[in-house]
Amino acid sequence: MTTVSMSVNGKTVSGEVEGRTLLVQFLREDLGLTGTHVGCDTSQCGACVVHVNGESVKACTMFAAAADGSEVTTIEGMANDDGSLGILQQAFQDNHGLQCGFCTPGMIMSAADLLKSNPTPSETEIRGWLEGNLCRCTGYHNIVKSIQAAAATMQGQSQAAE
Amino acid sequence: MPKDTGIGASSKRREDIRFLTGKGQYTDDINRPGQTYAYILRSDIAHGVINGIDTGAASAMPGVIRVFTSADMEGLGGVPCGWQVTDKNGDPMKEPMHPILAAGKVRHVGDPIAVVVGETLDQARDAAEKIELDITELPAVMDMASAIQGGAAVHDDVPDNLCFDWEFVAENKDAVDAAIAGAHHVTTLELTNNRLVANPMEPRAAIGEFEPGTGDYTLYTTSQNPHVIRLLMGAFVLSIPEHKLRVVAPDVGGGFGSKIYHYAEEAFVTWAAAQIKRPIKWVADRSEDFISAAQGRDHVTKVELAMDAYGNFLALRCSTLANMGAYLSTFAPCVPTWLHGTLLAGNYKTPVIFTNVKAVFTNTVPVDAYRGAGRPEATYQLERTIDKAAREMGIDPIELRRRNFIQPDQYPYATPVAVEYDTGNYDATMSKAAEMADVAGFQGRKAASAANGKLRGLGIASYIEACGIAPSSLVGALGARAGLFECATVRVNPTGNISVFTGSHSHGQGHETTFAQVVADMVGCPEENVDIVHGDTSKIAFGMGTYGSRSLAVGGAAIVKSMEKIIAKASKIAAHLMEASADDVVFKDGQFSVQGTDKSVAWGDVCLTAYVPHNFPHDQLEPGLEETSFYDPANFTYPAGAYICEVEVDPDTGVVDVQSFVAADDFGNVVNPMIVEGQVHGGLAQGLGQAMMEHAVYDENGQIASGSFMDYAMPRAADFPMFEVDHSCNTPCTHNPLGVKGCGEAGAIGSPPALVNAVVDALAERGVTHIDMPLTPARVWSALNG
Repeated sequence: MTTVSMSVNGKTVSGEVEGRTLLVQFLREDLGLTGTHVGCDTSQCGACVVHVNGESVKACTMFAAAADGSEVTTIEGMANDDGSLGILQQAFQDNHGLQCGFCTPGMIMSAADLLKSNPTPSETEIRGWLEGNLCRCTGYHNIVKSIQAAAATMQGQSQAAE
Repeated sequence: MPKDTGIGASSKRREDIRFLTGKGQYTDDINRPGQTYAYILRSDIAHGVINGIDTGAASAMPGVIRVFTSADMEGLGGVPCGWQVTDKNGDPMKEPMHPILAAGKVRHVGDPIAVVVGETLDQARDAAEKIELDITELPAVMDMASAIQGGAAVHDDVPDNLCFDWEFVAENKDAVDAAIAGAHHVTTLELTNNRLVANPMEPRAAIGEFEPGTGDYTLYTTSQNPHVIRLLMGAFVLSIPEHKLRVVAPDVGGGFGSKIYHYAEEAFVTWAAAQIKRPIKWVADRSEDFISAAQGRDHVTKVELAMDAYGNFLALRCSTLANMGAYLSTFAPCVPTWLHGTLLAGNYKTPVIFTNVKAVFTNTVPVDAYRGAGRPEATYQLERTIDKAAREMGIDPIELRRRNFIQPDQYPYATPVAVEYDTGNYDATMSKAAEMADVAGFQGRKAASAANGKLRGLGIASYIEACGIAPSSLVGALGARAGLFECATVRVNPTGNISVFTGSHSHGQGHETTFAQVVADMVGCPEENVDIVHGDTSKIAFGMGTYGSRSLAVGGAAIVKSMEKIIAKASKIAAHLMEASADDVVFKDGQFSVQGTDKSVAWGDVCLTAYVPHNFPHDQLEPGLEETSFYDPANFTYPAGAYICEVEVDPDTGVVDVQSFVAADDFGNVVNPMIVEGQVHGGLAQGLGQAMMEHAVYDENGQIASGSFMDYAMPRAADFPMFEVDHSCNTPCTHNPLGVKGCGEAGAIGSPPALVNAVVDALAERGVTHIDMPLTPARVWSALNG
């Protein structure tokens, strides 16, 4: 067993893990952060996407020990400080970007990373970026719309701030 | 003006808040005190005799609590089948034993052999590697056509592997044969409806729990219908009476049919929890779900359509081999028969129809209903054949369909395949789709594609489906071992807010929002005053669950029925308070008033009176305000529509690019347009996935070659354009109180033939008349290049 310590959603946490313990197991089973989901075993579906040091990572493909000392953000850390939905979350609700909700945390985390690096993605860029996130409910139509809407809102806010 | 609340409003989904913040509670998110973990050792061969299972070394591994095999489970029932089909010779279908854990033989890759229960999942998994299996491999029964000719048998008591041989409508056989023999033209098509894996994003999971102090059992499970699981598992497998068994289906991450069925793992964890006196959790990993969750489709069919010189359809004859897999899943026999044969009239006036379906056991994962279930197979046969007929007859494919459409003045329309359509307008949806798809401009776009070296095609499909399968008296006569009603309790609380307990189950459909819209509309209150409770047999009186696009048409109708009783009782209380006759009381916008007077009393005051009955008509009414209803529909509902797909094919690579997809649907009345459109989008993606890329492939030894997301092509975001959907051509259902028809499966039913028709249209100039799904680049390229 190894002791790991990391910042998760702004809080410092630590725990004892086996070498084979995956980051997603540590988050779900040790920390009880069950918003991060496991939808496959081949690193294809993206339901487990979290941010590690600001970049989207499939938490099923990283050992907990490898995240030692990192800053991790999960879906539980994406709401505003007052508990209201963040811009992306709100856009998903407004545009019916989710149905069963299982892929949703990974979609949000992945989309947040996209919009950080590309604040005005085209539809083609959004669809291409989501290559690693599977959804079986929405046909992706409203997920793409949600991300477009969030991008527009963020653009409006940044222009208003200028 | 679009409404902003109640029926017809695109109310935002309230369930989204928990899903968007990571607060959903799916089965794997639940952990029970003292919980243990089950790891299931599954067969890695498709067919074999079990000579011995040595669990000694495994039992001695660290953290192992017990290792179970079928030898530990004597006296328990098998996994039951919920629908019995009668063979053409009058015998019941063959229904071989489906043990919880393999007994004597293994019959498909993934058949469970032994279960290790351990303190941790890793310990259980490590121990399972120490189980010694002695299995003699047998030839795998894979090809349906040869399986029924003799040779190896999946079940020793079914030597010809034939579950049933079904004819429908048997009395029409001679008339169909005669019409085909004498027709001006007969179009013939042999096609395959490819086997699919449902793959909801949440894999299956179950937690069993036993309370020794009370003898109560609880099962948490990824189910679309917890009451059905309680009945099937309690009564037929484990002999646990309903009042000692609670089944909870919490948040469920999609189902698409695959979570309707009672699975062996549910029975195992429930039973074994009582053996070890601790809760047991089992969660499938994705690869495990690929070899254990029921799969879909897998029909091989020959279609013959007879026409006169004008293109009038005279008769339809079909014969199908339907794969059942290794065991009969809960509703498997119903899919290729009553959910398929009864839809073969489609949207058309074809006067006589005959179909023969042979259901075959093979050494593959069981097959059962998957989004659409039988109706996509029927629609695909019809719409592909009609498209081929149009080309052979030299008639425009839209025109040929129009010549044969049932006309609006013909409803109710009794088809020759036992169902009666109540309403519809197929010309209207076809016209709408043609307008949206700019069919008139297609030749210009085709020429532009040709100039770029691409082949462009336009594909047309109509569809009709039968939703809300009912009434119970009919389905009972057809072989269902259950009723198909729905139950709802409406509890009005003392301060006027409302809890609705529905037997429908939401696993993505948004019932918590739409059902609240219906109730709020009837009361005239804000939607947030209404809460929808589902998915727990300890809270809800009864339920048949969610499948077959039945929730609003059947479950919603049960809620309406209870609401009508609530309003009737509340009106009597209001009449007492206003010292008026109940007959004179009208209820509107949350106010009870006496006609012709200025007397009125508010909803909240009446509700409070019901629970604080100081001034109450005790001689006429009991206090309280709660009503339960069971709604058993008079008929199916019949959503229908027209879909048009436009594709561009790269002849050098065979890659199909979907340029546009238009869906014009008639769902009857619509409660929440936003949610309805979302349902269509999802259905289209699954149907196009089937048509373009998805395929559960087995090799000749019964190994599944597409057993993970690395190998099974799941549609991804870049595979589709934005869809164009419309639901303005509405003909409300005539026999349910909301006039709704159901929208969950339509997209998956109408889209495969539209896509395939479009690709064949693109390739027609190169002599291609048919390609079997999925239309992968390899298949398209091969069709083009011989």
